[in-house]
Amino acid sequence: MPSLIRRTLIGRMLFVGTLVLATAFVDTRPAMAEYGDVIMNNNSDAAGMRPAVFPHWFHRVRYSCKVCHADLGFKFKAGGNNIDMLKIMDGQYCGACHNGTIAWSVENCNLCHSGKPGTPTQVHESKSHELLNPAKPPVGKK
Amino acid sequence: MNSPFKLAHFTLVSALLLASWGTLATAAQPAKGKPATEAKTETAAAPAAQPQAAIAGSEANPFNRLMRVAPKRHLPPDKDGIHDPANDGTQMLQTPLESFGGLPKSQGDFGNGVDWVKALDGGKINPRWDRNDPKAKPVLMDLNIVREVKGSMPGVGFPHKQHTQWLDCSNCHPAIFLPQKGANQISMAAIMLGQKCGVCHGTVAFPVAECRRCHDKAKPVAAKTEAK
Repeated sequence: MPSLIRRTLIGRMLFVGTLVLATAFVDTRPAMAEYGDVIMNNNSDAAGMRPAVFPHWFHRVRYSCKVCHADLGFKFKAGGNNIDMLKIMDGQYCGACHNGTIAWSVENCNLCHSGKPGTPTQVHESKSHELLNPAKPPVGKK
Repeated sequence: MNSPFKLAHFTLVSALLLASWGTLATAAQPAKGKPATEAKTETAAAPAAQPQAAIAGSEANPFNRLMRVAPKRHLPPDKDGIHDPANDGTQMLQTPLESFGGLPKSQGDFGNGVDWVKALDGGKINPRWDRNDPKAKPVLMDLNIVREVKGSMPGVGFPHKQHTQWLDCSNCHPAIFLPQKGANQISMAAIMLGQKCGVCHGTVAFPVAECRRCHDKAKPVAAKTEAK
């Protein structure tokens, strides 16, 4: 077989081609959530729910920062707002929009509660998180 | 070997390279240049296979051991590492690239890879200023604050205008920044630990890796030496 690869042109072409393809599909980079994605897991794990994922990028396309961080009183701190479902159903925090009028309502549990169970509260790809938690490998690293 | 065969050989390798261009990883990059040389010399194919396999299989001696490997960017939710692919809702969420397709790109592809200020100025996005009123407009304040910094780093020009497009005064003042000249001690260390500018920059707003987007005021001395 090695002689076949070495001798024939087709064999050599296939060999080189396979090598090129093989190296192209070896991808060692860790999978990372989108910059600014917030995982909220203050109560979720204990309640048997998946943690909630908040995609900043999706919301900033549609709302100014001010809407949530000034009008609705969200502090600039992941997990620092003590949000629970009671408050949301009461129209506070997420519930100010996720009420079936401006955005879909709280019955769609799995659209927010879509994180991997056990993922801690954090802002993904944030510099401070990276610096303060150096020992932990990035979530989803293969 | 005659040249038509060599040409065919080279074409095949190039085509394969092009086809796999999109999925090429940083780890695979050293391999990019190799096939071209293999195509030129007939015996090079087999020896070149050895180091490639060694690099791919080695866990202990990766290239640039202390530098963070660039993560795969803008993956759909079910592949991004934090969403649970087993959750039915995950499949319904919008993917980042679907949203970012029409938006201006930031220079270094840091953060979301989107220049959000340009997207806003160019009308590519139209975020609501009030959640109930689509017509409400922000109150802009056009005041630039220039901060001299230590060393050879260019000074920082802080534009209130771009910030008031997104934020309310009360978001920053007085809790994060005292609205008074000289009253705020800022350092890159504090920023990287999520204080001062780092409350947003490095978390949601463009990250600190884009040094020159803030440090854009060239120092007079530096300008002189450049002129000479």
